[in-house]
Amino acid sequence: MSGKLLIKNGFVFDPVNGVDGEIMDVAVENGRIVEDVRGTDVRVIDATGMVVMPGGVDVHSHIAGSKVNSGRALRPEDHYRDYEIRRPGLRSGVGYTVPSTFVTGYRYARMGYTTVIEPATPMLKQRHTIEELNDIPIIDKASFPLMGDCWFVMEYLEKNMLKECAAYAAWLLKALKGYALKIVNPGGLESWGWGRNVRGLDDNIPGFNLTPREILRGLCKVNQMLNIPHPIHVHANRLGQPGNYQTLIETMDCVRDLYNGTKPVIYLTHCQFNSYLGESWIELSSGAPEVADYVNKHPHVVIDIGQVIFSSATTMTADGPFQFQLHLLTDYKWVNADVECETSAGVVPFKYKKRSYVHAIQWITGLELALLIKDPWRVFLTTDHPNAGPFTEYPRVVGWLISRKAREATMKKVNARALKRTMLDSIDREYNLYEIAIVTRAGTAGILGLKSKGHLGVGADADMAIYDFNPRNIDLSRDYKLVRRALRRAAYTIKTGDIVCVNGEIVKSTEGAILWVNPSVSQDLENAVVSDIRRRFRDNYTVEFENYLIDESLLINSRPLKIKGGV
Amino acid sequence: MEVFKNVLCPFCGCCCDDLEVEVDSNKIINVKNACALGRGKFLSIGEHRLLKPLVKVDGELVETDLEKAVEKTVEMIKNSSYPVFYGFGCASCEAIKLCLEMADLSGGLADNISVVCHGPTILGLQDMGIPSATLGQIRHRADLIVYWGCNPVEAHPRHTIRYGPLSSGRFVTGRKSRRMVVIDVRKTPTATMADVFMQVKPNSDFEILTALRALVNDLDLEVEEVDGVPVAKLEELADMMINAKFGALFFGLGLTMSYGKEHNIEAAIALVRDLNKKTKFVMIPMRGHFNVTGANEVFTWQTGYPFCVDFSMGYPRYNPGETSAVDVIARGECDLLFIIGADPCSHLPHYIVERLKNVKLVVLDPSITPTVKMADVAIPVAYVGIEASGTAYRMDGVPLQLRKVVDPPPGILSDVDVLNRIVRRLK
Repeated sequence: MSGKLLIKNGFVFDPVNGVDGEIMDVAVENGRIVEDVRGTDVRVIDATGMVVMPGGVDVHSHIAGSKVNSGRALRPEDHYRDYEIRRPGLRSGVGYTVPSTFVTGYRYARMGYTTVIEPATPMLKQRHTIEELNDIPIIDKASFPLMGDCWFVMEYLEKNMLKECAAYAAWLLKALKGYALKIVNPGGLESWGWGRNVRGLDDNIPGFNLTPREILRGLCKVNQMLNIPHPIHVHANRLGQPGNYQTLIETMDCVRDLYNGTKPVIYLTHCQFNSYLGESWIELSSGAPEVADYVNKHPHVVIDIGQVIFSSATTMTADGPFQFQLHLLTDYKWVNADVECETSAGVVPFKYKKRSYVHAIQWITGLELALLIKDPWRVFLTTDHPNAGPFTEYPRVVGWLISRKAREATMKKVNARALKRTMLDSIDREYNLYEIAIVTRAGTAGILGLKSKGHLGVGADADMAIYDFNPRNIDLSRDYKLVRRALRRAAYTIKTGDIVCVNGEIVKSTEGAILWVNPSVSQDLENAVVSDIRRRFRDNYTVEFENYLIDESLLINSRPLKIKGGV
Repeated sequence: MEVFKNVLCPFCGCCCDDLEVEVDSNKIINVKNACALGRGKFLSIGEHRLLKPLVKVDGELVETDLEKAVEKTVEMIKNSSYPVFYGFGCASCEAIKLCLEMADLSGGLADNISVVCHGPTILGLQDMGIPSATLGQIRHRADLIVYWGCNPVEAHPRHTIRYGPLSSGRFVTGRKSRRMVVIDVRKTPTATMADVFMQVKPNSDFEILTALRALVNDLDLEVEEVDGVPVAKLEELADMMINAKFGALFFGLGLTMSYGKEHNIEAAIALVRDLNKKTKFVMIPMRGHFNVTGANEVFTWQTGYPFCVDFSMGYPRYNPGETSAVDVIARGECDLLFIIGADPCSHLPHYIVERLKNVKLVVLDPSITPTVKMADVAIPVAYVGIEASGTAYRMDGVPLQLRKVVDPPPGILSDVDVLNRIVRRLK
């Protein structure tokens, strides 16, 4: 955290405060945005003719933890061509789709991103996730524990003990330093313990008297009871299957009545993978128009797209049955990693090819979602890194969003039959920079409840990105390549007031914080639930209760967020 | 007297974390819940202890102080053209990170002891993937447990009770509801517990696995026996595997280090993978030392590769067969070997140890080992998991906390503290 900084004369895009490309100065002192700085020790950055935005906030990117590390170990061929040489003060490492920890931090900072969320961590292996997050420099980060198929959660929900379930979730977030509730293929992961899956929201989960719908509704209520800043973060059932858009809409709809008109109650992630129309792979088509229509009409839903990039990828999800199906489909190598009493996981390498009909449909579906959903505050830019492509390709996605010409250039090369069967070609919408700032930082920070991020108002964290292009001199649509280049290598990235990156080169490595929430619940309820969990812990787990907890001292830079729960 | 509960056992890859250690005036007087191996380690930390840093002067090891030993080490690393950092099976993840930082800084090579144990498992995994699970999945669900080329009764004594056939879980309770198969070249004590023991000839694992895979895939074998095992017996085993609701295969060095090495593992992975088309089946390597899994994990997240990582080009490079510690020593390229959490002079092949005569050795170890006797600099450190805390990974990748229950002998630091002093001066 350094002293004073003044960023002068930039075109500022700060949607939270309604600033749309106005020429302004931004002042920083002690790691925060301030009204003004004075004195001889102010470092001035001349941002004349450049774009100034809050630091990027990535709401869904698999960057740390046991399955990410399995992906790294599985794919030496992924790393061979892409490496970073050690430089003074910086560590060496490798890319490409599953970069090593240091490289992950450097590459995000290079693009002007300063906060990234690891969206799926098995609680039993949370210590591993934290160890890796500690080793990711510069950026702030947080992790979402996988609670959907956790036995304790399912048992409380089975007995309709919502208050106890809420107290358990609160305790878990606090004890394991998690940030929000993640649900992956509800019921499907427990079924995968027997090599099976669920087919829809009302299937019975083997071994439990419960359905996926009840898990979703239960945890959605729990989330509201605890006032957790982020809604339930859901990877819906039947991911990657033709015709699954209906399941996605049913999933959105199953918590509609829980919306009270204030903030969204469900976050559906990488919806591209869940928006397919058609009975089979041959008839596959984009269900994005149907999904977008639902989202446009229902303010209780927020989504991110999970945009496909035509490149190699490493698919990794907690959705064990899906990963196995993908392995059967492709015959690529396959890692499976079930976690007792909690979840499963799988890793399969993948390559998205322009000429493939199915891959082209996937690419189209993601873009259609982004272009057809009208409110940029409710659809965010992700590639579900590294599932649909590496995060380093975000600038390419921005190019497609801001420029019809960029889309046309790619459309020329993709499978023609896929284009004919979808409507992408008929969409003229082009995002402006204000909207790009929303889908990459302001909106994501907002839905995460990070009040001090995603904007440049006084008091906000001094996390900023400065990109070297002049939005008044160029036509975004025509000069999308210029924008893309600028976004790949930020002119400056500022993290908590430190200049960490200049012209795409990391100049300083800092320790980012690990964010986690600490929801309060009534002491009596917490005591009762914790003693219940402790009593039954050995029946479930092969580790001791005390060894399951994460001590705050393990976090190199801990930043808890206290919230007042309502139970 | 003080009793420490939920202590992790720093012995084998089972990482049992339910030990109770009784301590009286900084002396361990009793250990509950541990097996003989774990208990033995806790109760014998005072024996054969290295108590003073040693430096070789004119061919003789003489005692020195920590400051001088650290200084000498730093000088040796700075003067080395290609240092190799090796070991880590018995080091905490925190210590492993610091050694990787040194290797990165000095343009050396980092490798861990998987190169002489489950290295072939890693190579097999990189070719095929691996269908795996945490040990609790097996406890709760497995109705068939196969041990192949391993002998947990003697090497991982509490494995069968905590995670294996004798454990009791939610859906499958106790030994009676599980079937147990042992495949080995001799009748081990583990084999005597089994429902089915299949004795195979040494180095025939690949053939047997391939035959089993053919049978699982409904192919006919047009022979009477496979390497001495009657096909009827293999058919019986294949049926057991297919008919299991949840099967688990544990495998050890009998599979990784016998003839075929990674090809054996690939055959085993192919078998388990194919079984998943018919039922649920997982496999877990029986890792030996308590944190060799952690070494693989830390190596992987920091460098992208689980072992055999060369930094001589300024970035992590991986090519087992060229960039393993054994390869580099065999070719005479390394001029400094920095060892922590291992005893290579006892475990590496004899011809490699002979090569070490021309290599400078720095060793961090709590006790006097053959490697310490050969060292140019030996620095005593605390026993991690007994006298120092840290992180370790169980054989199935579950991370756990190593606890400190007693203070180390006076003047002796943890390996992390010693390494920090070295790294600080290298920067």
